Amino acid sequence: MGEVLQITLFTLGVALLGTLLILPPGIALGWVLARRDWPGKAVVETLVALPLVIPPVATGLILLKLFGRRGLFGRFFEQTLGIEIVFTWRAVVLATGVMAFPLLVRTARVAFEEVAPRFEETARTLGAGPRDVFWTVTLPLARRGLVAGCVLAFARALGEFGATVMIAGMIPGRTITLALGIYQEVQLGRDNEALELLAISAMLALAAVWLSERLMRRRSR
Amino acid sequence: MTDARIHSGSATATEAAIRARFHIDRGAFVLDVDLALPGRGVTALFGPSGAGKSTFLRAIAGLERVPGGFLEVDGEVWQDESRGIFRPTHRRALGYVFQEAGLFPHMSVRGNLEYGRHRRGNAASVDFVHMVGLLAIGPLLDRRPDTLSGGERQRAAIARALLAGPRLLLLDEPLASLDLARKNEILPYLERLHHELEIPVIYVSHSIDEVVRLADHLVLLAEGRVAASGPLTETLARLDLPETFAEEAGLVVEGRVGASDPAYGLVRIDFQGGSVHVAHAAAPAGHRLRFQIKARDVSLALERLGDTSILNLVPARVVAVAETPGAAHVLVRLDAGGTPLVARITRLSRDRLKLVPGSAVWAQIKAVAVLA
Repeated sequence: MGEVLQITLFTLGVALLGTLLILPPGIALGWVLARRDWPGKAVVETLVALPLVIPPVATGLILLKLFGRRGLFGRFFEQTLGIEIVFTWRAVVLATGVMAFPLLVRTARVAFEEVAPRFEETARTLGAGPRDVFWTVTLPLARRGLVAGCVLAFARALGEFGATVMIAGMIPGRTITLALGIYQEVQLGRDNEALELLAISAMLALAAVWLSERLMRRRSR
Repeated sequence: MTDARIHSGSATATEAAIRARFHIDRGAFVLDVDLALPGRGVTALFGPSGAGKSTFLRAIAGLERVPGGFLEVDGEVWQDESRGIFRPTHRRALGYVFQEAGLFPHMSVRGNLEYGRHRRGNAASVDFVHMVGLLAIGPLLDRRPDTLSGGERQRAAIARALLAGPRLLLLDEPLASLDLARKNEILPYLERLHHELEIPVIYVSHSIDEVVRLADHLVLLAEGRVAASGPLTETLARLDLPETFAEEAGLVVEGRVGASDPAYGLVRIDFQGGSVHVAHAAAPAGHRLRFQIKARDVSLALERLGDTSILNLVPARVVAVAETPGAAHVLVRLDAGGTPLVARITRLSRDRLKLVPGSAVWAQIKAVAVLA
């Protein structure tokens, strides 16, 4: 039971951290995509959507190449900052964050697009500068979609498997999440233990959906 | 006070406080405007939809940046692209009320009213309690915008704009989204504001009825160009306006109630040069009323006709006759003892009566619309 609890808490922790880390850039990018036009916008859109359309394992491989010891970013992190990423819990956070990012950006973009520009224009005529408008009008009006996007990203992060297994491996006590655990237990022929992890996964997912529904209903009053 | 208001509104050309010059050419859409507008009173921007009224308003607000544009308000240059000056919208001390009220749905009415109040330095000059009372929104303060009627929302939006302490108020068809009953509910508030406000108001409308009720100064826009600009009565009486406005040509006259005849439901209004009887509820003598006489409701006779159902016969002199080549109708401008009138008659009648400038006629007024 101790191991199951550890896995559960670890999974919740990395999913939460992964979601929190992508929240500021995800919301910023969603806003920029909704409200601004620039040459090369299509390239950015494609890049962001990439993890959604290629196999998660492939995304994991790309990350492994980039963040491995001899990778572009990996060398920087290890030599300059002294931080090891691959095959540590940090790799799990990275994988879950990257896989959840497109979902967050897409929902955030839709949420911002649904805010009528009229409200932002009105705020400007009342003396609010661009940042002021964003914090007092745009963000509050987009909050339902943003909350939904966060929950979606968090749920995606909870269940991440392919990219994680590629870049973090399956190291008991260090990188095993619920999804990885289920796979491992089945591989070892321990179906009961696998089912136990499955039940926990299902409960967490239900709780997340329930929470998001509640949040949205309360805030809409 | 009422007198001072209306007169200052008419003495426009000399004390222009707003100078706006915008030129937009987007192929199918052209806006070419160079205007000097009075620093007090209501300027109505009137014209058919697509004439560029809203675009002009957005350019003034800086919501639409017009290259090469120039705008000066109350001695302050807000935009002069030739000198690289462009004040962004939030630094222009203006109030803007859109067609749809645009109250922030995530705030109470009070939250909405407070929003603009502290964002500009000069907002303290507007008294919150007074403004709330003026627009009668006190009971609505703690309500959510989605629980308000269209008229209530629009009143709150006007109060919100004014509480931000603007030096210029822009109203973009504030009544267009309301039904007739709601319009009539809100018009009295606009009239009250008209008499109270120290700042100029630019009122965009495609409803001539709203214009004649509220405006002091009139700008006619057609296909992105200024067809006419001047004091309301003079501009409406002009004979050289494009076809679009010929139908609406007419006069707004201000007079005082002379006598009421409740038995017949009539009121006599005296104005300089004559008087008219209109169907109107009894009103105290001396009470000021604005009424409109459209050119198409005025016919002309050389002698005073006795047996006629038309009550209002006013002696007048022909000042000018305007005809459009090939058109069946001509516009005749009259002087009725100091008050201008316009009659729209057929060219045939003009020739039969041999009307020329100087001819003495009787103007038979078929309909008078009391405005306020």
